[in-house]
Amino acid sequence: MPNPSEAKRILEAALLASPEPVSLADLKRLFDDQVGADTLKNLLDELREDWSGRAVELVSLASGWRFQTLPEFQPFAEKLQPDKPPRYSRAVMETLAIIAYRQPVTRGDIEDIRGVVVSTQIIQALENRGWIDVVGHRETPGRPALYATTRNFLDDLGLRSLQELPPLEEIAKTLQLEPAPAPVAPEAANEPAAG
Amino acid sequence: MSEPAQLPLAARTARLYGEPYMEMPQDLYIPPDALEVILDAFEGPLDLLLYLIRKENLDILDIPMAPLTRQYLEYVDAMRATNLELAAEYLVMAAMLMAIKSRLLLPRPPAAEAIEDDPRAELVRRLLEYERIKKAAQQIDQLPQLGRDVLAVSVWVERTVAERLPQVNPQDLAEAWRVLLHRARMTAHHRVSREELSVREHMSGVLRRLQERRVLEFGELFDPARGVAVLVVTLLAVLELARELLVEITQSANFAPIYVKLAHAESL
Repeated sequence: MPNPSEAKRILEAALLASPEPVSLADLKRLFDDQVGADTLKNLLDELREDWSGRAVELVSLASGWRFQTLPEFQPFAEKLQPDKPPRYSRAVMETLAIIAYRQPVTRGDIEDIRGVVVSTQIIQALENRGWIDVVGHRETPGRPALYATTRNFLDDLGLRSLQELPPLEEIAKTLQLEPAPAPVAPEAANEPAAG
Repeated sequence: MSEPAQLPLAARTARLYGEPYMEMPQDLYIPPDALEVILDAFEGPLDLLLYLIRKENLDILDIPMAPLTRQYLEYVDAMRATNLELAAEYLVMAAMLMAIKSRLLLPRPPAAEAIEDDPRAELVRRLLEYERIKKAAQQIDQLPQLGRDVLAVSVWVERTVAERLPQVNPQDLAEAWRVLLHRARMTAHHRVSREELSVREHMSGVLRRLQERRVLEFGELFDPARGVAVLVVTLLAVLELARELLVEITQSANFAPIYVKLAHAESL
């Protein structure tokens, strides 16, 4: 095996030459599988250290390692591109969130939570992006497709696993179970009718 | 509304959860000319309800039905005037709100005064679930996104210059290395590194594998090389899939092979 500093340069070259994340297995193949997984991890961590402070960083993702620009330089990169990348609508993002947190889910499940019909365009937008796919069908009438998020989704959002998603917030204030108050006038016990 | 006025109300309604509340809350009035501006901003009836509730800092666990329903209907009327397509979903919710309201107004026999009988409970559950997802969607949107916030870096590779190295290592040496590494791996297993595990993620994985093969022997679902923790999570994922009726687990006799298949896959 090459000495560590040379091995690091080999990794650097391989990662910089690839626009896609490179898996650990592929990186091991660079050294004909003669470098152990732990050694490889240490080398990659060192390489990431070496690059800290630059406009480009080495990140670990669901399907491997990738060099990418830091978000704070995006405004400058956009100056050279004629059109800005569009943002997804709230409907798309909410649908994506339900699939990410509640997978595998059907369209019906998504509609139950959002309270509105999920349009085909929304599902298609996410499928075309490669962020969701069909992993099965629920055995209910109509055999609706079950959607789940893909590795690509994790990669594109800079995550290694679903567990790195922001945790779902607890919205409800916990009820304070205090002793019941003395009953108030009984005629007030009915909700006043709406005007 | 002033903070001191809100607090006693919230405290009292919280204690009385499950009972009709005693006091009219502050009016939820929104000037009608503001309606058109914000109508487009809502993602559906749940979103609109949440807006009405949160705007006035009302306790979501103790929704005042009468003013809420009244104001909701004002919105729906305005929507029907401008956007017929949306109205259906909003009308379903309007009907539900009125059903809940009427149930709250009806006197109930004392025997039926169970706490879980509050007709608002299901609505509250849906509102809370929707709000959690709505917040989560905002948070996901804030994650740096490839192509939007970060760009993948790749340098130009001059292919003709790339030198092809001859194979130096003799085959048997490489083989010996593999054996050594294999042995090292077997002893190294005592050092357990924490692996990121998610049952839902493994559920998707199991379903993906069943998509290809339809039926798998139970043991084929597990990869012992990935460690005990992964085995446990995979087992939990299979059990959860069975509980949600997405897979069937069958065994014809004691000690016979156990098969896992997509639910009703053979009837297709």
